[in-house]
Amino acid sequence: MSSVSSADIKREFSKSVLGITGILIIISLITVSIIAAITIPASTFQEWNNPEKWLEYPKTSVPIWVNYFTAEKIPEHKIIEPQIFQSNSNNVYLTSQQFLINFEFDDFPSDFVYEYEAKYSNAHLISVNLLRPDGLEVNLLTMSLPFSENETIYKQRIFSTDEMIKKNLLMSSNLFMFDISQKSVTDILFSDTNENKILKGNYAFVVNMYGIDNQSKITDSKIVLGGKAYGFMGTDELRRDLAVGLLWGTPLALFIGVSVAIGSVVVGLIYGVYSGYKGKKTDETMMRFNDIIYALPALPFLIILAVTISNSIFLMIGFLMIFSWVGVAKVSRSMSLQIKTRQYVEAAKIMGQKDSKIIFRHIIPQLLPYAFASIAISVPAAITTEAGLSFLGLGDPSFPTWGQILHDANTYGATAQGFWWWIIPPGLLIAITGLAFVFIGNALDSIVNPKLKR
Amino acid sequence: MLGLKRYLVTRGLTMFGVLLVTLLLTVALVGSNMDTILKQGIIFQVRSEITDNPSIAKSFTNPEDFEAFVQQKIDERIIALGLDTPWYSPQRIGYTMFKIMILDFGNATFLTSDTGSPNVGDILLEKLPKTVLLFTTATIIISIIGILLGAASSSKIGSKTDRLTSTFAVISSSFPVWWIGMLMIFAFAFVYQIFPARATPDIEPSDPGYILSLLYHMALPLITIVLIGFGSWAYLVRNFMVGVMQEDFITAKRTIGINKKKIIYKHALKNAAPPIVTILALSLSGSLGGAIITEAVFDWPGMGRLYFEAISVMDLPVIIGSTYVLTVLFLISIFIADLLYGYFDPRVRTGL
Repeated sequence: MSSVSSADIKREFSKSVLGITGILIIISLITVSIIAAITIPASTFQEWNNPEKWLEYPKTSVPIWVNYFTAEKIPEHKIIEPQIFQSNSNNVYLTSQQFLINFEFDDFPSDFVYEYEAKYSNAHLISVNLLRPDGLEVNLLTMSLPFSENETIYKQRIFSTDEMIKKNLLMSSNLFMFDISQKSVTDILFSDTNENKILKGNYAFVVNMYGIDNQSKITDSKIVLGGKAYGFMGTDELRRDLAVGLLWGTPLALFIGVSVAIGSVVVGLIYGVYSGYKGKKTDETMMRFNDIIYALPALPFLIILAVTISNSIFLMIGFLMIFSWVGVAKVSRSMSLQIKTRQYVEAAKIMGQKDSKIIFRHIIPQLLPYAFASIAISVPAAITTEAGLSFLGLGDPSFPTWGQILHDANTYGATAQGFWWWIIPPGLLIAITGLAFVFIGNALDSIVNPKLKR
Repeated sequence: MLGLKRYLVTRGLTMFGVLLVTLLLTVALVGSNMDTILKQGIIFQVRSEITDNPSIAKSFTNPEDFEAFVQQKIDERIIALGLDTPWYSPQRIGYTMFKIMILDFGNATFLTSDTGSPNVGDILLEKLPKTVLLFTTATIIISIIGILLGAASSSKIGSKTDRLTSTFAVISSSFPVWWIGMLMIFAFAFVYQIFPARATPDIEPSDPGYILSLLYHMALPLITIVLIGFGSWAYLVRNFMVGVMQEDFITAKRTIGINKKKIIYKHALKNAAPPIVTILALSLSGSLGGAIITEAVFDWPGMGRLYFEAISVMDLPVIIGSTYVLTVLFLISIFIADLLYGYFDPRVRTGL
């Protein structure tokens, strides 16, 4: 146990490729966490387990970047916001919304939903048209909003499976050279007129609202065009955007890993040093207690604790600490046994300094390099253990962690159905995060323990 | 040898203490739930007995009297089972712990063994060999690969093999085994349909082909555990070997010109054996704890999956029973590790 100055550590560390890699990975994970905190409102992840929040998302969709690698482009799931124009002629006010879609995929969209909220009074008329790349304009639906004398707010969802739309289409069946009666609405609308093949290009849904009152307006509207690819990370069986879960998992994993590591190392360090410094009966008793904790089977106990007491994430951190300070205590004890025989410690003792002062002033500072190395090394174990517990379904449901994403994947049989985007990223993130801390820990360890350096 | 004896007695006592603490903690954690469940069981039992026997109900004219009669029956049973005193009363805890220690775990609430017995002991006895089979086989394979690879890389420090082993060790140790398990199932049970996805054999245990089927179903979990485990083993062995190779007697052997291979595999490995054997025993116990998640992923019909199932349905007698058995196994392997360590390390033997 030679004392190493912090300047030495810095210099040696900057030479270690793995150590630097570890630091870089952690910096990028922290950046991701900050981005997650800024861009994704916290309410999103709190509603992770609320199925209503995810209704307009597609089920188990592949990430959109998959299309870069495949010849057949999978239709993207799109949530389209309108451009709104208003005009009036002869006292008829027109609110026109245009939803533009550049459709360049090799399969038909599965469906679409037009969702709007209108504020109006008196009578209004709505017509939904689709403008196709070949210049054809198809009227999908024309209908009047329910009459109301006072100003009301009216919400409606129009689905592509609506009977009226199909009827309207059948009336213009002469436009198409093939039999459209057995096809779904989207298969007809996005098809070439000569044969039932995708017609690529720019489409526009045009929704016009006519009224004699300029107070009326559309307060909220969107078109959800159903596809099989969504977002940067795809979606799961419960339609959740996996990118949100994975992004929010990053700060959570770091928080769990780092707080368990720091907590257990601090406890272990003080416990071990005190035990070694005091010696005799105190040491004996404290080490017996240490042995007992060491011999407890951690995982079964963690499971029982999670089931019977609580699976709140903060309590879990505490439970994990109970089982992870033991090793550090053992090593710090043997180190403090050596340090307490040094002359300056003996001198301090003769001068009558208090035990607590000797421990915190003279012994613990000597162990700090070792402590930092152990913190880094114990982070991965904490992260994987928490992930394992979450995987068993014992995670805190109000905080979606990577382990819970994998638990859901396992519950819904993602392996059997080949939903690789649901299985690979969370595990990879767990491994990469762990690896970064192992790299740093190993680099620090070989500096602090020159014996291992070869 | 006095030192060793004293050492073993202290360790043995500590182990026994741990066992008691574990039991006490388990009983304390599940005790109140256990009582509620037992009482509900009694109420259900009494009511069903009475409905099975309509003559009892007919002998009462007043429904209040009838209710009082039922309540009295229930109370009688509760007192007979000692459930009237709270679970934390000393004699009840003592009695519960005693019963567990003599391996009397009672009957499971929901789960049954393959043969249909609700006795927790029967269930455990059925699952335990399977866990031991999978994890012992895995540990043996891991240690053989690990020792050979570790010795090979220690003979050429800094070589490609050495660097590859170390890198693989670090990387593989930070992957959760169960996640690799999911990937393996995905790759080798669905994409390439080589192995079955569920590790539970689909034929009856009495069938003569059962053993073969079990081994076939064991392949995928076994491969996964070995794949994740052998790297860190090799790395560990390598580090011990490097330490031994720097000792004077090896240098001496080298100077008199003994073949390097012979030095490594005969002399150095023999001297590195004590810590290796100790860690072998420890890693076996460590893998038992990890079995819970691994078996849940692969659906391997052992203790781990039993534990997982018991927790999902809160089958408390099974939870207590399997925690106890897992702890005992864990302690036995720690004790063996201690024994070996004490035997090999003369400093412990002489009480230094």
